[in-house]
Amino acid sequence: MSTGAQSQKAFTAQLKKVYGFYTGGFLAFVVVLAILEQMGLPRAMIGYVFLAATVLLYAGIGILSRTNDAAEYYVAGRRVPAVFNGMATGSDWMSAASFIGMAGTLYLTGYGGLAFIMGWTGGYVLVALFLAPYLRKFGQFTIPDFLGARYGGHVPRLIGIVIAIICSFTYVVAQIYGVGLITTRLTGVQFEIGIFLGLAGILVCSFLGGMKAVTWTQVAQYIILIIAYLIPVIWLSVKQTGFPIPQIIYGQQLQKVTQLEDKLIADAKENEVRSIAGKRAEAARAALKDPDKAYADGKAAAQKAVNDAKASGNADSIKRAEDALSKYPADVAAARAMWTREAGLQARAAQLQRHGEAFPGATEKARDTSRKNFLALVFCLMVGTAALPHILMRYYTTPSVKEARSSVTWSLFFIFLLYFTAPALAVLVKFVVYNDIVGTSFAQLPAWIQAWQKVDPSLLSLIDINGDGIVQRAELAIGGDIVVLATPEIAGLPYVISGLVAAGGLAAALSTADGLLLTIANALSHDLYYKMMDPNAPTARRVMISKILLLVVAILAALVAAQKPADILFLVSAAFSFAAAGFFPALVMGIFWKRSTGIAASLGMIAGFSITFYYMITNQVWLREVFFGTPRSVPVTTLWWDIQPISAGLFGVPLGFLVIFIVSLITPAPDKATQDLVEEVRYPNLKAA
Amino acid sequence: MQSDSRRQEYWSKNLRITAILMALWFIVTFVIGFFARDLNFNFFGWPFSFWVGAQGALVVYVWIIWFYARYMNQLDKEFGVDEGDEE
Repeated sequence: MSTGAQSQKAFTAQLKKVYGFYTGGFLAFVVVLAILEQMGLPRAMIGYVFLAATVLLYAGIGILSRTNDAAEYYVAGRRVPAVFNGMATGSDWMSAASFIGMAGTLYLTGYGGLAFIMGWTGGYVLVALFLAPYLRKFGQFTIPDFLGARYGGHVPRLIGIVIAIICSFTYVVAQIYGVGLITTRLTGVQFEIGIFLGLAGILVCSFLGGMKAVTWTQVAQYIILIIAYLIPVIWLSVKQTGFPIPQIIYGQQLQKVTQLEDKLIADAKENEVRSIAGKRAEAARAALKDPDKAYADGKAAAQKAVNDAKASGNADSIKRAEDALSKYPADVAAARAMWTREAGLQARAAQLQRHGEAFPGATEKARDTSRKNFLALVFCLMVGTAALPHILMRYYTTPSVKEARSSVTWSLFFIFLLYFTAPALAVLVKFVVYNDIVGTSFAQLPAWIQAWQKVDPSLLSLIDINGDGIVQRAELAIGGDIVVLATPEIAGLPYVISGLVAAGGLAAALSTADGLLLTIANALSHDLYYKMMDPNAPTARRVMISKILLLVVAILAALVAAQKPADILFLVSAAFSFAAAGFFPALVMGIFWKRSTGIAASLGMIAGFSITFYYMITNQVWLREVFFGTPRSVPVTTLWWDIQPISAGLFGVPLGFLVIFIVSLITPAPDKATQDLVEEVRYPNLKAA
Repeated sequence: MQSDSRRQEYWSKNLRITAILMALWFIVTFVIGFFARDLNFNFFGWPFSFWVGAQGALVVYVWIIWFYARYMNQLDKEFGVDEGDEE
């Protein structure tokens, strides 16, 4: 034992040294690039260098950690120290959605966005208290492993495999989509090529070294992503407040934002813009109901205006009327596109939401519904966090139960660093927009506004709706992703920091994709093939099969992502509800209640998962269209207690518990061996008597 | 260890601390969340409920997990079910 302990100690010390050098090296790399930029290195080049350097780095770690040993491949040899497992879990956890999307969601929804902050951190309390130490003691390779051993037989294991694959696959598609987006932005290559470039980076790493390579790469990726996230925010904070810790100081800024909001809500020009936008959107919606007639009517009206003007003989009005006629869409399709765009103005007609106000709504009932959905979403995200197999799997890799426990603390601490910062970033950017942008004239806009408007109008679009040449808040429409992506420019930092932020986003997406792909491949190779089909398969063949499957699944996911499926954000959240309803009750009951039986667990998982699935496909407009062919415009009328389909797990989780409880009571108790297994996982070490 | 009653005691102590910490987790998350509209007094610049959602709850979560790990490691030693010195 003591030599093992010593070598583990030496190993930890070695790791600290390696990653210390690595962090220093990375910072030096950024500084060198910054100097080169000052000397005239073109922007596109910086993008390429960042992409190539980071992907090569990840690939290099993958090659160094290549292995064919089962314990190394599946659980990194079970010798990952708590701190490093915490970092790896952090980047495994934080996906492109956390890195790029979250601050944007907070910007757009204020208090409402805090559901993600609380949900995605509070879930770790459940991991720590209900799952991680027990799973580590159990000490196998996958989550279906636990279900199979605890509940006996192939049925629970098979259900586990199916659920693990469904949630991980929906999630991985979203990550690869994110990889494609960022690569495109960083280097300007085509979206599809971007996807496959990123895929190469993912594969080299996980293909060669499995969990071992993924773990050490994820630690490296965590360091990049946290540096990339913090630098621009700190800079922005210094610029705005003169204080370098945004997390402490942004309460002040929030107060200023609130004062600006008061002013904006009372502002007459703002209300004018909103009412014009609303009217234009309404007219466009009316036209869209019968486009052919509206097109003909519109054309006739424009023609009539020209005729009238000609009759009046005023040269000015003739010119104006003729201009209008020549700009009129050439055919119905073009007109329809125009009206669809115009109908989009509806969003700008909405009253400004106060950033700090919880559950805004016009009526008591609307506020109540908003509160219910907020709490339901928090619940689903938390339980989902504690049930996603790619996260739980990480706690198999620590050397001991004790390390598993403290590794959850480290995981949450490293995640916390980013989640603590995101709400601050949202407020700082909002202050810039309300204070600096609103009220300036269109002729004097800062360069970043114009640059981003050109890049992608869905990220930022500014239209002078009331034609007064001054920016009103309601004239500016922002896509959430811009908050993180544009922060370096808003803060006036050199382009190299923009490259760094993109590299951070890439690290976040790649690290999550790595973990997810590994989960899927392991579920298939370890659980389905080795445990259920060929228990005598030699180790080398199992690892080989896992690698081949990894390749196949990765390519499949890339192909799906290349289709740019709609509502990708919804799919990510859906994965949480699926995992929550499918896994959480069976795992927790399996550890905490010896009496829960295999049949009960199987039925519970099926029931929880099914009701979640059912609620989503009947109430989410996109899925409803896919499954039932109902057009999206048909209103949703089948909500239960006004709960949105994103929180469908709210029904699945309790049902899962209930079914397991009731069915267990009416089926024979589990055998002695199973009960002994439960006893065994409850104590870190029973042999020491 | 390890008479059955000692084992039982270890496990029920574990359950008790788990229940206490879960209650704390529930209050911070759902009770404060439920009354968020009423708890909007000024807290160093933030509306209180906003601050809890953005920072306070997170700090409590980290603390809960840290405390649980420490408590259980001690309990392991006390009941002789620890894994020896591996660090």
